[in-house]
Amino acid sequence: MSHLLKTHLDFMGKRTLALIASAVLLVISIGSLAIQGMQFGLDFTGGTLVELRYESAPELAQIREQLEQAGYADVTVQNFGTATDILVRLQQGFSPDVGDEVRSLLQAQQAYPIELVRSAFVGSQVGEELREQGGLGMLLALGVVMLYVAFRFQYKFAVGAVLALIHDVLILLGIFSLFQLEFDLTVLAAVLAVIGYSLNDTIVVYDRIRENFRMLRIEDAAEIANLSLNQTLSRTLVTSLTTLLVLLALFFVGGDLIHNFALALIIGISVGTYSSVYIAGSALLALKLTRQDLIVPIQGEVEDDRP
Amino acid sequence: MLNQYPLWKYLLIALLVLAGFVYSLPNLFQEDPALQISGSRGSVQVEQTQLNQAIQALENAGITPLASELSQNAGLIRFNTSEDQLNAKPLVQAALGDTYVVALNLAESTPDWLSALGAQPMKLGLDLRGGVHFLLEVDMQAAVKQRMEVYSSEIKTLLRKEGLRYRGLQVEQGQLQVRLRNQEDLEAAAALMRREYNEFTVSTEAQATDFRLMAILNETSVRALEDYAVEQNLTTLRNRVNELGVSEPLVQRQGRNRIVVELPGIQDTAAAKRILGATANLEFRLEAKTSAASTETEVFRFRDNPQRNATLERDLIITGNSVSNASVGFDEQNNPQVNIRLDAQGGKLMLDATRTSIGRRMAVLFIEHKTRTRVITNARGEKIEERIPYVEKGIISLATIQSALGNSFRITGLDSTREASELSLLLRAGSLAAPIYFVEERTIGPSLGQQNIDQGVTSIQLGMFLVLVFMLVWYKRFGLYANLALAANILLLTAAMSILGATLTLPGIAGIVLTLGMAVDANVLIFARIKEELANGATPHAAIHGGYERAFTTILDANLTTLLVAVILFAMGTGPVKGFAVTLSIGIITSMFTAIVVTRALVNLTYGRQRQLESLSL
Repeated sequence: MSHLLKTHLDFMGKRTLALIASAVLLVISIGSLAIQGMQFGLDFTGGTLVELRYESAPELAQIREQLEQAGYADVTVQNFGTATDILVRLQQGFSPDVGDEVRSLLQAQQAYPIELVRSAFVGSQVGEELREQGGLGMLLALGVVMLYVAFRFQYKFAVGAVLALIHDVLILLGIFSLFQLEFDLTVLAAVLAVIGYSLNDTIVVYDRIRENFRMLRIEDAAEIANLSLNQTLSRTLVTSLTTLLVLLALFFVGGDLIHNFALALIIGISVGTYSSVYIAGSALLALKLTRQDLIVPIQGEVEDDRP
Repeated sequence: MLNQYPLWKYLLIALLVLAGFVYSLPNLFQEDPALQISGSRGSVQVEQTQLNQAIQALENAGITPLASELSQNAGLIRFNTSEDQLNAKPLVQAALGDTYVVALNLAESTPDWLSALGAQPMKLGLDLRGGVHFLLEVDMQAAVKQRMEVYSSEIKTLLRKEGLRYRGLQVEQGQLQVRLRNQEDLEAAAALMRREYNEFTVSTEAQATDFRLMAILNETSVRALEDYAVEQNLTTLRNRVNELGVSEPLVQRQGRNRIVVELPGIQDTAAAKRILGATANLEFRLEAKTSAASTETEVFRFRDNPQRNATLERDLIITGNSVSNASVGFDEQNNPQVNIRLDAQGGKLMLDATRTSIGRRMAVLFIEHKTRTRVITNARGEKIEERIPYVEKGIISLATIQSALGNSFRITGLDSTREASELSLLLRAGSLAAPIYFVEERTIGPSLGQQNIDQGVTSIQLGMFLVLVFMLVWYKRFGLYANLALAANILLLTAAMSILGATLTLPGIAGIVLTLGMAVDANVLIFARIKEELANGATPHAAIHGGYERAFTTILDANLTTLLVAVILFAMGTGPVKGFAVTLSIGIITSMFTAIVVTRALVNLTYGRQRQLESLSL
C-alpha cells in the first residue's frame, strides 16, 4: 500500500502558482486582521464568564432581559455545547463578585437549583499582560528557531524556515480573525505548537536538500529541491495524516473547551504541510542557494596529519 | 552481525519499559472521595476516639463509609461516592467541634507495594477535578504608604530627641517632607537622616523662610519592602487556607507582586474569597478622658449603631497582631463571643495599660481595609479601573475595666456567629501586611471536571486507535513494531509525569494526544529510509541498518527544534499553556527513545537472527 506514493512531481515548477495562492491567503489574512481584528477570548480581554447548567433548556432572550434589567450592560448569553448549558459573558467584569451575583440573580427565578459549571473572572490588567506575553513568546520562539537552524544548517535555511513559519502563523491567525473564532489561551498554545510542528516538517525537507546537494552532482537548485520534496513526500503526508487523525478525534470528542484548540491545530498543520512543501523550498530558491553554501569547510586536522 | 543488539541492551530496554509500566500503574487506581480530619492546632491530636465518634455520627445519619484510617496525626474517612462525602462533611464537623478541621479530600488508593516503590498517581489539575483558582495582587502602593507612616512617626520621635524643632511633617505620594525653622536645623536634620536611614534618598530645598527636607525611599528598599509584603502575605494566606480546611491547596508567589491560590474541591467561592481577602484586625484603645486635648483623641462610630459614637485616645494599647490564639464561644445570653489569648508582650502591654485605668472604659475597634472599585475614563478615552482603598473602623465593644486584664479575655458585641468565627480565624491566621485584591478567578464545577476527564480519555483512546490501525495497514509488520513502540511511549510518558509530580490538565491531555500523532513521525522517517535503501538495491539487513542510521540526524534535528519551542512555551506560559508544554516536552523525549531504540530492538529481535533474509514486511 505504501508503494503507491512513489512520485516524480514537479513541485518547484508550480512554485509561481503556489506563491500566488499564498500571497492571496496572506493578503486576506492581514486584511482581516487589520480590519476586523482578533476575537480575543476572556483570557486576553478581561471580563467575567459564567457557565450554568439548567435542568431544561432555558429561554436565552429572557435571561438576557433579566440581566439587563438588573443593570448589567454588554451582556452576551449563548448556549454552550448543549441546549441546557448557557454561557453568560460580561465585558465589564470589574469586580470579582459579578459571577456569584449573576448566578444568584438567575437562581432566584428558578424553582430547581442551577448548577454552576464554571466561572471565570479576569482583570483587564491581567488580560493585557497575557496578550503582551503571548506575542513576546511567539517572537521569541521564532527567534530561537532561526538561530538554531542557522547554526545547524546555514543562514539561508534559517530565513526560509522562519518565512514558512510566519506564513503559517499569519494564515492561521487570519482564518481565526476572518471567521471571528474565539482566540483564547489554549489557541495560543496551539499556535505555538504549530510553530513547532511546521518547523519539524520543514527541517525534514531541508535535511534532505542539504544531503542531496552534498551527495549528488546536480547543480540546479530547483532540481535538487524537487527531488528532495519527492523523496520526503510520503513521510510528510503520512505524518500529517496520523497527526490529523488524532486531532480529528480531539475535535469531535474532546469537548467544547478544546474545540478551538483542535481546530487551530488542524488548520495550522494543514497549512504547515503545504508550506513545508512549497514555501520552504521556494524560499531557498529565491535566496539563490548554491552548493558552495553547503560545502563543509576543510578541517585543519586533515592537513596536519600529512607527513 | 549488523542487526543484533547485545543481550544487556535488550535487558535494559525491557527493564525501562517494565519500570514505565510499574510507575504508570497507580494512575489506574481511582481516587476515593474522602474526609481528612486534622487538629486546628499542632498540639491537638487526632485519635481513634475522634474517628469512632465521626463514624458513629455518620452511621446515625445513614451514611456508610468505605474505610477509615489513622495516620500521622490525621484521620481519613473514605466514601463510596462524592455525594456521600459532601453530605458527611457538615455531620463530621458538627460531631467533632471546632478543635478539628474537616477537609474534603481525594485519597489515593494506590496499593501499598506500589507506594513502597515510590510510585504515585499523577496529580490532576483544577480543570479535571474541580475547584477554584485565584490570582491575587498585593497592593504595593498601599504597602509603601503604610510603611511610610511608620517611618514618619519614628522620624518625628528622632527629631524631637535630637532637639530639632519642625513645623510640619507629612507623607505625600511616597515622599516624606519635613519643614524646619532655619538653615542650621535643616542641615542638621539632613545629616541625621542620612546617618540613621540609609534607605532614604535625602534632598534639601531652602528658600527665604521655607526650609524643606525631602526624603524618598530608594529603589532597593522599595524592592525589599515589596518582597517583605508579598512574603508576609503568602504566610498569612497559607495560614488562612489551612484554616479553611482544604486538602492539597496551592499558595505560591507569581511574578513580582502576585500570589496564586488554588483550592481543589472548594465549591463555595464566596466564603473562600471573603476569608482570603479579608483584612480585618482589631485595635484596643482606652476611652479618652474628658480633659484630654482634642489632638490626642479620635471619634469613632459604633459598628452596629452608627448614630452612637465615642471619643477614644489616639494611642492604642495593642492590635490584633498580639493575639496568639482565638476561639469562638457564647456568653450567658447565648450571644457569640471571641475568646482571646495574647502573646507575652501583648499581655504585658495590656496589663500595664489596664492596671492604672480601672474604672475607665476600653474600646475594641474593628478595622477593615477595603477597596472601592470604580470605572473612570482616562485622557485617551479608555475605560480603566481605579481602586480606591479606604479603611473602615468601628467600635464593637466599649466596656468598663473591672480589674487589670492579663493575657486572656473575651470580646463581645459581634453581629453573628459567622462573624465571630471569621474574626477568630483571622486573628489566628494573622493579618495581611498589605491589602490584596483579586485580579483573576476561575471556578470549575465538579461535573465539568469529570466531563473533561471522560472526554480526554475518549479522545486519547480514539486517536490512538486510529493511528494504530493506520500504521498497521500502511507499514504491516513494521507498523506493528511502531505500534508497540507507541504503547511503550504512552507508558513511559505517564510514568515520567507521575514520577516528576507533574500536574495533568486538560491542555496536558491535548498535549498527550498530539504527541501520539507526532510520535510515529520518527518511525515514518526510518521506514521511508529503509524502503529507499531497498529500492537502491541494498540487502534487507543493510537497508535496516542504513535506514536507522541515516534517519537519525533528521529525527534529532526535527525533535530538538520542537523541544526548543516547547521549552519556550513552558518558560513564558501560564496555566494551560504550561501544562501543554510539559506533556509535549516529555512526550518528545520519550517518543525519541521508543521510536528509535524500542523499534530497533524489536526489529533486531525478529529479523536479526535470520541470516537469509529475502524481503521485509514493510
